[in-house]
Amino acid sequence: MQQLEALTQEAAALARGELAFSALPLTANEQEVARQLQICNACRYCEGFCAVFPAMTRRLEFGKADIHYLANLCHNCGACYHACQYAPPHEFAVNVPQSMAQVRAQTYADYAWPKALGALYKRNGLTVALALAGGLALFLVLAVMIQGSLLHAPLAGNFYAIFPHNLLVSMFLPIFSFVVLALALGVRQFWKNVTTQGVANQHTGQISSSAAVEASTDVLKLKYLGGGHGEGCNNEDDAWTLWRKRAHHATFYGFMLCFASTSVATVYHYVFKWQAPYALTSLPVLLGTLGGIGLLIGPAGLLWLNLRRDPNTADLTQKPMDLGFIALLFLTSLTGLALMLWRDTSFLALLLAVHLGVVMSLFVTLPYGKFAHGIFRSAALLKWAIEKRLPTNLKLGGD
Amino acid sequence: MVTVSTMLDVLIIGGGNAALCAALMAREAGASVLVLEAAPKLWRGGNSAHTRNLRCMHDAPQDVLTEAYPEEEFWQDLLKVTGGQTNEEMARLAIRESSHCRDWMRKHGVHFQSSLSGTLHLSRTNAFFMGGGKALMNAYYRSAEKLGVQIRYESPVDRLEIENGQFVAAHVGNERITAKACVVASGGFESNREWLREAWGQNELGEWPSDNFAIRGTRFNMGVLLKDLIAQGADTIGDPTQSHSVAIDARAPLYDGGICTRVDCVSLGVVVNKNAQRFYDEGEDFWPKRYAIWGRLVAHQPGQIAHSIIDAKAVGRFMPPVFAGEKADSLPELAQKLGLDVDAFMKTISDYNAACQVGTFDHAVLDDCHTDGISPVKTHWARPIDTAPFYGYTLKPGITFTYLGMKVGESTAVRFGGVESTNLFAAGEMMAGNVLGKGYTAGVGMTIGTAFGRLAGVNAASAAMKNIVNLEGADATT
Repeated sequence: MQQLEALTQEAAALARGELAFSALPLTANEQEVARQLQICNACRYCEGFCAVFPAMTRRLEFGKADIHYLANLCHNCGACYHACQYAPPHEFAVNVPQSMAQVRAQTYADYAWPKALGALYKRNGLTVALALAGGLALFLVLAVMIQGSLLHAPLAGNFYAIFPHNLLVSMFLPIFSFVVLALALGVRQFWKNVTTQGVANQHTGQISSSAAVEASTDVLKLKYLGGGHGEGCNNEDDAWTLWRKRAHHATFYGFMLCFASTSVATVYHYVFKWQAPYALTSLPVLLGTLGGIGLLIGPAGLLWLNLRRDPNTADLTQKPMDLGFIALLFLTSLTGLALMLWRDTSFLALLLAVHLGVVMSLFVTLPYGKFAHGIFRSAALLKWAIEKRLPTNLKLGGD
Repeated sequence: MVTVSTMLDVLIIGGGNAALCAALMAREAGASVLVLEAAPKLWRGGNSAHTRNLRCMHDAPQDVLTEAYPEEEFWQDLLKVTGGQTNEEMARLAIRESSHCRDWMRKHGVHFQSSLSGTLHLSRTNAFFMGGGKALMNAYYRSAEKLGVQIRYESPVDRLEIENGQFVAAHVGNERITAKACVVASGGFESNREWLREAWGQNELGEWPSDNFAIRGTRFNMGVLLKDLIAQGADTIGDPTQSHSVAIDARAPLYDGGICTRVDCVSLGVVVNKNAQRFYDEGEDFWPKRYAIWGRLVAHQPGQIAHSIIDAKAVGRFMPPVFAGEKADSLPELAQKLGLDVDAFMKTISDYNAACQVGTFDHAVLDDCHTDGISPVKTHWARPIDTAPFYGYTLKPGITFTYLGMKVGESTAVRFGGVESTNLFAAGEMMAGNVLGKGYTAGVGMTIGTAFGRLAGVNAASAAMKNIVNLEGADATT
């Protein structure tokens, strides 16, 4: 009876928004992570692989915020699973990469802004497919409406003749702003929870420059796909491989080069009043081409590796999300390069419409798909960089 | 009966660290090698899959090892923990091997990491395997496969065919596998409950103590070949009741509980038996130096059960245990939860509390907090148990490995009536008793397994190569 009363009061407090996030009950997936970490914390053999285990040793118990933080700190490299003396068929059934992945997927949905759109994570394959279909339809129809037909006399690559510059800006700028806002609000809530509601190290919200530099380096170098010894992470079995890291680098830096290309082009347009199309030897085209090649090779590699990944270390329900994002990146690059190669032909309008449709679908799904992992993981790495610089409040006998 | 005539040079029986070290060295020496592992692939590696480090001699700081740990100090440590029940030549051989085997280990894919948090006391003496022993075994198996070592899982050997002290064949079910030389590295007999029962017998209360032991490691060390070799007249060493044995959480699984079932708060509180009586000085020495005697201590208590009792002051000062302890807001409540007689428990605790001479508590040194006027005394870290909440962890003995094995010398050759076999060698737990008559010190099992596994591999390969010459000679005359 007392219990019931307490629960009722808790629910009422929660409804009034007074209850701390840390007092919320753990979900089944979170409970599983807490159970496994209790075992890991009594073993600690995996400390050298990544940041998750050293972060774990700073805690004696694992609350909701700690679990969200650690789940997003985990890079799913698989090293601890293959090294684990308690992995299945052991009755302790420890499988940290898988249980962390399950919580991670849940946190993406939990922290989505607006909250209702968090549901898009749950059927992400469908989300991506619909976004792609919608994006393609939109620009194909627009092209026909503006141009009268998808085929036309060659326009010497002048795509503004098909979609005027201002039209594109008026379509992409609001979407881009929304993407930035949605991701920022999501990660802000995550940051607030993990830096103030954790069991240990509650005051880790202050960012020092050395911590920021370390976290950025860890992100840009993908330190934790290195296995702690630099030989890489696991993919299909207990062998180390650097190919996951390399494919991710190609994808990430390819994406950034494409982004840089667009940014330079924007500066050309507004600052220097230089109108596209730009020459094949111009900076935007060079950056875009280089990035596009990275964004072809990288996602292709990630796809190949993803399909060969040991299913035991993955959360298989996330496959559609992983593959959907990989596919969109690949298509963005493929259609972009095709557009560049055949921009002087009568297929310009068709190629442009397809490319813009793909890019639009990539953009609108950024805050509700695999892309979010980069944002939340970077935040978790930043917290780790801050936390590791603080003294621990545990005094274990051996130390 | 199927005879597999493979023209095999070296047969390795066992699939743990010593076995794989032998297999790799024999292969590197040019021999063809077959490994027979009793366990399925997912359980491969024996007790080595549960290890975490290698005790290492070194004269100057090295990568993950701080300061120096010279041969003499290592030897003195061994002498101390074994109470002299060791063989100096064999011990020093293993110690010296440990100073230069790590580059070879790295070559086969083993990675080392700094001592784990909570194990700073081992940073000077022990090199930790990154990811622990299972990662080490994964690396060895991978390297062995790459070098062309054949590996067969789920292949427990039932018996050896030995003629005049020479290995002829191993029998696996219906199969008879011949080889020119053989290394047995198939572990102790700790998983064999019957044998443990036989060794430990009945105590004065009519209990069979070993029935209450958990096995911290593999379930596959049934001691089949140990028994077979003893029956065939091989020379043995060691007392069958001696083993590496620690006090572990009584809820630990029967097998493969590994390191995490250890309960590390003993020195921070008191330990009582099922009659709520204390029975040993909990603060005799630093816990890492004492944890390995508590398995035996608990084994000699009625019911082979004990309870480690701490109060709130100890929380956060010891490695977090895998199972949550019983928690109570009062001592009588804790006694009830642990199934202890409340009055007896309260008397033990109040006697202890009254006897505590609290000075300056410091868990990092042998401090001056001790008891006065009770027996047994608590010589260090004695503070009254008076701050709620109180916690109790029920303990039972957990056996890591047994010490009964083959008596061997530096060649690691199995002996029959004092005569060394020319082609049958033993390594790992099967002969660790030559160095460890009793007691233990962290990481020395891997030191022994690595040193003698490597030696056995080389010797088996060279025995097999010699046999090639002999056989060729024999062929020429027929």
